[in-house]
Amino acid sequence: MLFLRTESLFVTVQIIKKTGKNSIIMKAFWSRAGWASLALLGAAALAHVAMARGETLNALWLITAAVCVYLIAYRFYSAWIAANVLAIDTTRATPAERLNNGRDYVPTNRWVVFGHHFAAIAGPGPLVGPTLAAQFGYLPGTLWILIGAVLGGAVQDMVTLFLSTRRNGRSLGQMARDEIGAIGGTAAMIGTFLIMIILIAVLGLVVVNAMKHSPWGTSTVAATIPIAMLVGVYMRYLRPGRVLEASLLGVILLLASVVFGGWIDHHPVLGALFDHEGLPLAFGVIVYGFAAAVLPVWLLLAPRDYLSTFMKLGTVLMLAIAILWLRPEIHMPAITPFIDGTGPIFGGKLFPFVFITIACGAISGFHALIASGTTPKLITSEGDIRMIGYGAMLLESFVAIMAMIAATVLEPGVYFAINSPAGVVGKEALDAVNTISSWGYQVTVEQMQHLASAMGESTLFARTGGAPSLAVGMASILGTVFGEHLLALWYHFAIMFEAIFILTTLDAGTRVGRFMLQDMLGNLHPKLGETSYTPSVILTSALVVAGWGYFLYIGVIDPNGGVNILWPLFGIANQMLAAIALSVATGILIKSGKVTKAWITGLPLIWLLAITTTAAYEKVFSSDIRVGFFAAANDLSQKLASGVLPPEKAAVAPQLIFNQQLDAWLTLFFVSMLWVVVLDMARMSRRYFAGQPVRPSSEAAYVASRLV
Amino acid sequence: MRAYWLKQAWQRVRQLSGDDAYERYLAHYADVHAGQPGAHAPLSRAEFFKQWQDQKWTGVKRCC
Repeated sequence: MLFLRTESLFVTVQIIKKTGKNSIIMKAFWSRAGWASLALLGAAALAHVAMARGETLNALWLITAAVCVYLIAYRFYSAWIAANVLAIDTTRATPAERLNNGRDYVPTNRWVVFGHHFAAIAGPGPLVGPTLAAQFGYLPGTLWILIGAVLGGAVQDMVTLFLSTRRNGRSLGQMARDEIGAIGGTAAMIGTFLIMIILIAVLGLVVVNAMKHSPWGTSTVAATIPIAMLVGVYMRYLRPGRVLEASLLGVILLLASVVFGGWIDHHPVLGALFDHEGLPLAFGVIVYGFAAAVLPVWLLLAPRDYLSTFMKLGTVLMLAIAILWLRPEIHMPAITPFIDGTGPIFGGKLFPFVFITIACGAISGFHALIASGTTPKLITSEGDIRMIGYGAMLLESFVAIMAMIAATVLEPGVYFAINSPAGVVGKEALDAVNTISSWGYQVTVEQMQHLASAMGESTLFARTGGAPSLAVGMASILGTVFGEHLLALWYHFAIMFEAIFILTTLDAGTRVGRFMLQDMLGNLHPKLGETSYTPSVILTSALVVAGWGYFLYIGVIDPNGGVNILWPLFGIANQMLAAIALSVATGILIKSGKVTKAWITGLPLIWLLAITTTAAYEKVFSSDIRVGFFAAANDLSQKLASGVLPPEKAAVAPQLIFNQQLDAWLTLFFVSMLWVVVLDMARMSRRYFAGQPVRPSSEAAYVASRLV
Repeated sequence: MRAYWLKQAWQRVRQLSGDDAYERYLAHYADVHAGQPGAHAPLSRAEFFKQWQDQKWTGVKRCC
């Protein structure tokens, strides 16, 4: 910080010497004064957020603290990294300029690239994670979202984007192979594939839980499929390439389907047609996932993505405006007693589980794949890297803060009633409210019934997965602006909004998984590697769908809701990928002679190693049956053997036991993969320090830009 | 002045959504390929759009 100041002082003095004009001194002074007061405001807001122990806290404090932290981090930390660590060179031609082919390599306006990049990185993750982590209170999650993003996630995204831009847009796996060793590259590829499987399963589960026994929700989500197809046909045949027209048509139809869903809900025949248990809905999602992976992209995947992107941007903006306008009160305490690991939503102590539960929004390894994929091929000037890499992550972090607000404006009793699985609080409404009230969070059956009927649902008990509680939070925020009588409409709008981009991730993920599998199988049998060879397409799509379908199925039959198992697994996997990306970045910084500055990625890496390793250790070896996979499996086998399980639980017990063991092995696999990459990076660094040869830099040679 | 900014913003929206992708392709074609020996005629709008979409959805494009 001191260094920063002296340096900027130096620059100011230089400018003054050069021009000697009073106005510049004044400008510099006001700029300083402005940033100093912003820093003070941010510090005051953060202190208030952290210290406030009143009944409620106004959400505006959270927003103020977040915005100040983002602005200061962006203005100072990211600028310092760009100038002094990465040595951004705006005279250097980017791959988009040098390799411009009018298709994937195209120099593009920075705001357009920012939009593409943000739309690609921000999915349902930053909405679900904070909602679940709110069981610890609003404070731990909020602090991790802020600190994790400015020191970890945004740095990872920006550095990866920079490294890939300097290497002609190479992928993370390729960079790991080229710069560190073959092991890192393979680990990154296998890791990505497995994360994809877990991610899709858990997102599928979120959608299934949102649609369970909700004819309104189910019919609205189902309607998104024919609407997307209609938009696809419009863009392909009726008016080729008219994306905006088609999307506008689609958005109008989607909104109409939300309204129409309300009518279906009350219809005696149609209502029953869309009223289902979890299992048939899960099979529906599985069949849909397979169809989406096999059908041509123009028919379903591409049009759905347009709709989801417009919906996402629109809703995020609307929520931000509503929160600023209404300044709702947060009812959740800053910290709940559940930091001791007894939380109903997922088991495990604050450390490390808050850091695992909130991955997207603080630091998400998945972003490194986007930052080393499409985005570097569009960047016009290296000067844009900071705004796109660092800036887009800050915006995603802000989305996570809004999700945290939407979850914590609910009365804590209501929040726990919606999110706690029946296996923890009891199946009957009365049992559930008694258990939750005994924790000190008052809630009554009447209150929940009233809320459910206001939202147009039959029940809101045990609607795990985060989507229904986020929808209730959003509906109550938006409902206050636009009128209480529209609550049910807002609730189902929010469900549709979450479902549409979860299904987009599901489609796109299954497709990516298919490509990866084809790539891997192509090594065994070249014909299987051809992406347009139909038998291979069907085989690999079926394998990928079977992979996530299995976890989805187990999640649905699990009486504890499944989310409590799958979400931590996803968090560990995602953080593992982040640690791989940070390893690659740290390794490259070290071997390019920037040893003293390698801490910018080295410190977040050490932190991620600590949390993922601790979390993995606890998930595998903990004797607490709500945390340890093996402990849960053993406990269930003993209960099964001694015959104390009721028949419906005994029927699914063998599958649950097998799954817990599988999850334990999967966790061990993730964490060993992570250590393999880190140790490989350490080996390379040791060689570098010892003066032994390391792999040469794969950075593309300097070519002067003709655009500046 | 306001008309200018509105036009700029509208162009950004079109570019962001890919609405003007075909026009950009034609411009790129006229810049680079037109008049080159062996160059074939530019793709039709429908043909271009099909290829553009297929290419756009190869690889990791969406995240969590």
